Amino acid sequence: MQKIRTISDLEDIRESILQDKDSEKTIIRLCLSTGCRAQKSLKVNEALENEIKKYGLQNKIEIKKTGCHGFCEMGPIMVIEPANIFYCNVKPKYAGDIISETVLNGNVINRLLWKDPLTKELTKTEKDFPVYRKQRKNVFYNSGKIDPTDIDDYIAAGGYSALGKALATMTPPEIVKTVVDSGLRGRGGGGFPTGIKWRICSAAPGDIKYIIANGDEGDPGAFMDRSLMEGDPHAIIEGMIIAAFAIGANQGFIYIRKEYPIAIDHLSIAIKQAEECGLLGNDILGTGFNFTIKIDRGAGAFVCGEETALMISIEGRSGIPRSRPPYPAFEGLWGKPTVINNVETFANIPKIILKGADWYSSIGTSTSKGTKIFSLVGKVRNTGLIEVEMGTTLREIIFDIGGGVRKGKRFKAVQTGGPSGGCIPISRIDMPIDYDSLKDAGAIMGSGGMIVMDETSCMVDVARYFINFLLFESCGKCIPCREGLKQMHHILTNICEGLGEKGDIERLEELAHFMMATSLCGLGGTAPNPVLSTIRYFRDEYDAHIYDKKCSAGVCKNLFEYVIDAELCNGCTICKLKCPEKAISGEKKKPHSINPLLCIKCGICFNLCKREAIRVK
Amino acid sequence: MDIEKVDRILEEHEYRHSAIIGIMQDVQDIENYLPEETLRYISDKLELNLTKIFDVATFYKAFSLVPRGRHTIKVCCGTACHLAGAARNLDQVERTLHIKAEETTDDRMFSIETVNCLGACALAPVVVVDEDYYDAVKPGKIEKILSYYRSESER
Amino acid sequence: MKVSVIIDGQMVQIEQGAPIIDAAKKAGIFIPTLCYHEALKPYGSCCLCIVEVIQDGQRRLVTSCNFPAAVGMEIFTNTARVRQSRRMIVELLLVRCPDVPLLQTMAKQMGTGLSRFKTREANECILCGLCVRFCEEVVGVGAIGLANRGVDREVATPFKMASDVCIGCGSCTYICPTGCIKMVSDRKTPNLRSLKMGNCSLVPCPNSYQCETCQIEQEFFKDIKRVIAEFRSKGQ
Repeated sequence: MQKIRTISDLEDIRESILQDKDSEKTIIRLCLSTGCRAQKSLKVNEALENEIKKYGLQNKIEIKKTGCHGFCEMGPIMVIEPANIFYCNVKPKYAGDIISETVLNGNVINRLLWKDPLTKELTKTEKDFPVYRKQRKNVFYNSGKIDPTDIDDYIAAGGYSALGKALATMTPPEIVKTVVDSGLRGRGGGGFPTGIKWRICSAAPGDIKYIIANGDEGDPGAFMDRSLMEGDPHAIIEGMIIAAFAIGANQGFIYIRKEYPIAIDHLSIAIKQAEECGLLGNDILGTGFNFTIKIDRGAGAFVCGEETALMISIEGRSGIPRSRPPYPAFEGLWGKPTVINNVETFANIPKIILKGADWYSSIGTSTSKGTKIFSLVGKVRNTGLIEVEMGTTLREIIFDIGGGVRKGKRFKAVQTGGPSGGCIPISRIDMPIDYDSLKDAGAIMGSGGMIVMDETSCMVDVARYFINFLLFESCGKCIPCREGLKQMHHILTNICEGLGEKGDIERLEELAHFMMATSLCGLGGTAPNPVLSTIRYFRDEYDAHIYDKKCSAGVCKNLFEYVIDAELCNGCTICKLKCPEKAISGEKKKPHSINPLLCIKCGICFNLCKREAIRVK
Repeated sequence: MDIEKVDRILEEHEYRHSAIIGIMQDVQDIENYLPEETLRYISDKLELNLTKIFDVATFYKAFSLVPRGRHTIKVCCGTACHLAGAARNLDQVERTLHIKAEETTDDRMFSIETVNCLGACALAPVVVVDEDYYDAVKPGKIEKILSYYRSESER
Repeated sequence: MKVSVIIDGQMVQIEQGAPIIDAAKKAGIFIPTLCYHEALKPYGSCCLCIVEVIQDGQRRLVTSCNFPAAVGMEIFTNTARVRQSRRMIVELLLVRCPDVPLLQTMAKQMGTGLSRFKTREANECILCGLCVRFCEEVVGVGAIGLANRGVDREVATPFKMASDVCIGCGSCTYICPTGCIKMVSDRKTPNLRSLKMGNCSLVPCPNSYQCETCQIEQEFFKDIKRVIAEFRSKGQ
């Protein structure tokens, strides 16, 4: 790796990397992100390498180990250049065919292509994907294209030119103004204007200031930060260096949750490479500006995603939020002015610096600018990461991009914003997504998790799930949050177990409003959102649980029974064989039945039955 | 625990009080849990009050003060996994091993952990044993998964 | 720098950034608290001291023990919203600690009972953290701390065993508002008393708490006792 001493050096090096590229080489872009790795993409890589060796093509074919393509469920995913042939569900055993057929002979292997579950059409290349059509890849552009462990690849893709531009041609106040004008708002949840935060911090008195990137993505159901850290770590680092220069900080921290080992690994490598290149450290690009970054691993605490708790955790204590004011921009880490932003926020910065505030603010809605990455998961047909312009409607996201609800079931709600968010029903589905419309609907943007629910999701259970989650994730300091959650959980559990009674909903609402007004930090203040939003839109389900003692979704075990539809059952005996409690009886080829007294509602039979003869009653 | 190893970890973290979380993570990476005598030793060496160390060690879920099993079964209970039936998978694991979540079997073979989200939501529901991911797990598959590790240990 | 704030209609001058409970004190307004102590840093866990504040056109509830006073701030300590929230706090605490007389009295004063929430726990500790903070900040020992999180948060000695740094000064028993830390006599040697809290015990005093004749750091203990005595007289 070459040391980059000046800004013109950077451009020269970019040139030379691009020239050194062997255009004759076939490049196979294989995703080695968590999602694909979970589906054995490392084995695929090994098999491919063996095949390449077998053919002696080491100089002709390069496997580029990339980050996430966004389409995790279909993993392992690979794209073969130059024709951009997109293969999914690749198994190691296909490696031979991929090399001999596709790479050497240019034939496309149909069984590895993505098949639209509705139209049965095959999709050959990345850009033909219906899923990608409504997307606008901006922050997530590099992920899946570059090798995140190779700084040269990032530089070749135009990386660090924003840093060059900022250091060479802009003063710190100009950078801050650009970010303010861009309208970028924090991507971690709150949506506070990033530029304003920088401006306050740069004006705060003190010589020592800090930059913190929050990669403690704790919202269950959200994984865009993980993919970004795994797939394009240098973009985050570049954004942090620019922020540091703008506010006058010399030390930065990236706080990553320990559940993300690959993200920690890739960012550590990226920091080391940036140091070796002289992009971090002393006298960056010959400007006299010094900045270093250190990684802090989280230790399993959701509350540490809250900014004050996160800083206290970096200081080596239990992550208990403190009350604000003072805000971190005045008094943050070790009492010094600190800018703390989400990793996705930082990854936006290089683009804003390069293309300008006007360009950025032309994307999105009047109050929410730019694009946002969402993780679209749950009962939706195409799950994975998507990046769309702010203002895209939920319908476009769920039905056009996500392909609608799975198995022909009915859409019930989409949950956004994690445990601080809410459930949005079908009546709001044409709402354009931005910070304010979501808040208005009783949810929040959060970090961008979108969990689609269908008729088999019980909304009371969803509320209980989040309250139960927070019960153990609250720090436990202030009474409204700790004791309030406990009572809410108690009431919700009663409702789910069939012990609900009149007045429970009103008590929940009273507790919710009390907690929102009096909790010490954002966790407690937003904790009631899942409860309030489900009561607001799905009160009938609460009523059914409380008064009729029925859970039509088939989730709350005391409130439903599994029955076998005699007309559909063909007596295949699978359910009988697999029932752990021997609750199912019946003769071969004759309709079976379930003994409700023995059934523990484990759901094994329900999932197994291919004829969908087992129903919820 | 080997005192020399602890000293090396403390050295790497330059005996900083603020690095206590990192120090304990490193200790746990080696020992699989945080032995009491090691924490007492760290407290002495860092001149950091033991109550503070105990607070941190019990606050963060990653730390365990008791030894864990040879294999850790992580049942992801994130929202996507929950909707896809993670609770039933957890029930099934608990029933099969006759222990509850966050407990270890008597033979120290298995520990069950629940995790909030592993960021593999597109593959829900996810169960991770040690480093191996199992996607779209149904309760019926649990026994088979566990028996693989049981027989692997016997080998 | 001094700033003027209006509290319940009275204009009061206090130091900028000082907690607004100071303004209340100056104006002679009583604000109930459970975790606040003048000798300690503000903690803000009981939230009983909440007041309603109008600042920059925004009206919200804040904890007066740690919310900094600023120019032009208007404070209301006894609005319906404040009373309602305080009542809820005491109500929730009564579920946690139904047998603590202090909480029963407070509930009565605020006009609430145990009726609405059906659960009843058997706790005595409200996690105000006074003992922990006093032991650390005033006594300078740090023998007891907090452990776990969320609903499992509790006051504990390391590994829940007898602390080996406790000096047996007894401050924690004096400062505990619910009386859940007790000084108990050893059954065999009644003279030897020790401090007990749930499962945790602290060391017995080497001099059996005969503080008057004690030679160990006589001055040190006197100071602590003075602080506690002042606090107790104020609370009543």
